[in-house]
Amino acid sequence: MEAYTILRQFADSWMLLLLFVFFVGIVIWVFRPGASKEYQDTANIPFRHPDKPAAVKEARK
Amino acid sequence: MSNYIKLIVLGLIALFAAIGTNYARDLAYQVHAILVMLIAGGLFIWTLRNTDEPDILVDRSAEYMDDVIRYGVIATAFWGVVGFLAGTFIAFQLAFPVLNFDWAQGYLNFGRLRPLHTSAVIFAFGGNALIATSFYVVQRTSAARLWGGNLAWFVFWGYQLFIVLAATGYVLGGTQSKEYAEPEWYVDLWLTIVWVAYLAVFLGTIIKRKEPHIYVANWFYLAFIVTVAMLHLINNMTIPVSIWGSKSVIVWSGVQDAMIQWWYGHNAVGFFLTAGFLGMMYYFIPKQAERPVFSYKLSIIHFWALIFLYIWAGPHHLHYTALPDWASTLGMVFSIVLWMPSWGGMINGLMTLSGAWDKLRTDPVIRMMVISVGFYGMSTFEGPMMSIRAVNSLSHYTDWTIGHVHSGALGWNGMITFGALYFLVPVLWKRDRLYSLSLVSWHFWLATIGIVLYAASMWVTGIMEGLMWREVDANGFLVNSFADTVAAKFPMYVVRALGGVMFLAGAMVMCYNLWMTVRKAPAKEASLTVAVPAE
Repeated sequence: MEAYTILRQFADSWMLLLLFVFFVGIVIWVFRPGASKEYQDTANIPFRHPDKPAAVKEARK
Repeated sequence: MSNYIKLIVLGLIALFAAIGTNYARDLAYQVHAILVMLIAGGLFIWTLRNTDEPDILVDRSAEYMDDVIRYGVIATAFWGVVGFLAGTFIAFQLAFPVLNFDWAQGYLNFGRLRPLHTSAVIFAFGGNALIATSFYVVQRTSAARLWGGNLAWFVFWGYQLFIVLAATGYVLGGTQSKEYAEPEWYVDLWLTIVWVAYLAVFLGTIIKRKEPHIYVANWFYLAFIVTVAMLHLINNMTIPVSIWGSKSVIVWSGVQDAMIQWWYGHNAVGFFLTAGFLGMMYYFIPKQAERPVFSYKLSIIHFWALIFLYIWAGPHHLHYTALPDWASTLGMVFSIVLWMPSWGGMINGLMTLSGAWDKLRTDPVIRMMVISVGFYGMSTFEGPMMSIRAVNSLSHYTDWTIGHVHSGALGWNGMITFGALYFLVPVLWKRDRLYSLSLVSWHFWLATIGIVLYAASMWVTGIMEGLMWREVDANGFLVNSFADTVAAKFPMYVVRALGGVMFLAGAMVMCYNLWMTVRKAPAKEASLTVAVPAE
């Protein structure tokens, strides 16, 4: 088989499945238990260091 | 030591450009060779005069690198006005062809100025806005200074050189005639170097971040940088005819070339004008509204859905062409599925204001950001609709497309950038507030009414033109000639140009307001104290 057909068949099957599963996995991951609390913290990042970088000692975890 | 390497490289570039000036096969290449020779020569002398001077190392890791962002803000405003002015002028050229002056034939006629306008607004105005805001946002959300020291300056000035080379090239005829990818091979190579440096600065800052998480705005910016690099490389795979000339030949042929061009073209919209600007939205709207984004979960799903879908939408530019039906159907289906993430993102931006809707009344800057998200929603509704093959058969090649592009570009990209500039200037120049909020309101209304005039006139003329082209009489003959449609479009062309004048006037009001903010607005209290001890 020439390269086009091989690539085309791969793209139509396994790659499509991989991308789809990856995407569904992300959606499930986003709604994992405890996510809300963590994302609340992440969503507040823009309000934490407006004027200067974090000093080494106050780096979070 | 590094200065010696710089001197060798700059000397070689200047020498090469000098030889190129002599052997140049066309005018665009010759002018560019002279330009590069002068810049490289000037930098050579400047570097030479600073060589072997004692190094004064100042540790600036405890402050953000903001001077390059200040330059970026100025460049954004400057190129914005240049691009809007060029656009307004070519709009009048279409309405009044006499403005294609005889004495400037071959240089300043519509065909030469049109790519100048599109590149000036997309790459010069939009690109500078993206680079400046991404540098600002990545530092604030990583709580770290920009990585790479002066590399950020290289990115800024290198990008300006790219803009100048591209713009002068179009006027002088150096173009590979691929829409939104017009610059010729050596300009493409230069942009590749600048872009790799940009990626390094951005990624380097993310890697040394002090926050455990990467804020969602940075995801969008990173997707924009990486994808544009990929698109740029693949769509510009050309072989120069001569190293001393600007002409090059693309390695792709026929329908593959067309498909790659529109894969590039639509993802320039999807990643340059959407993903990058969504990064702006996810930082500046929460900051201006002083509340976190409506749903962080939605923003993650928004990100992955958007980048997974956008990359497939390109074929909808090639309905009813040599492109196989399955490919154009694929592009159409993915365009329609894109409704979901687009509107998800729009809802996320708008709902960030929930509980603070009163700010719409009191804060014209947030009003600007909200209407930009509104235009985003509108144009991402219109776009998928136009990608449907049956609708496309009416809308394609007509002014409807132009109207759609401008409601997206002026409404979404323009307004969110204006909002970001209004936010950034007082912060970067340490001013207490903007010079005048009523001038912001003036800008808001001038720009909004300008866009409405533009979009509405283009809907009318586009649909009219599409219907006139397909009108046949009882015997199956076409009723209208092309010139008939041109004549019928005249009033709408005048309205469109007036809309452009209003949008341009608004941008000039903004420049005045920002200038006066720097000059006249009261300084922020904190900056009045002499020195802030570092911990």
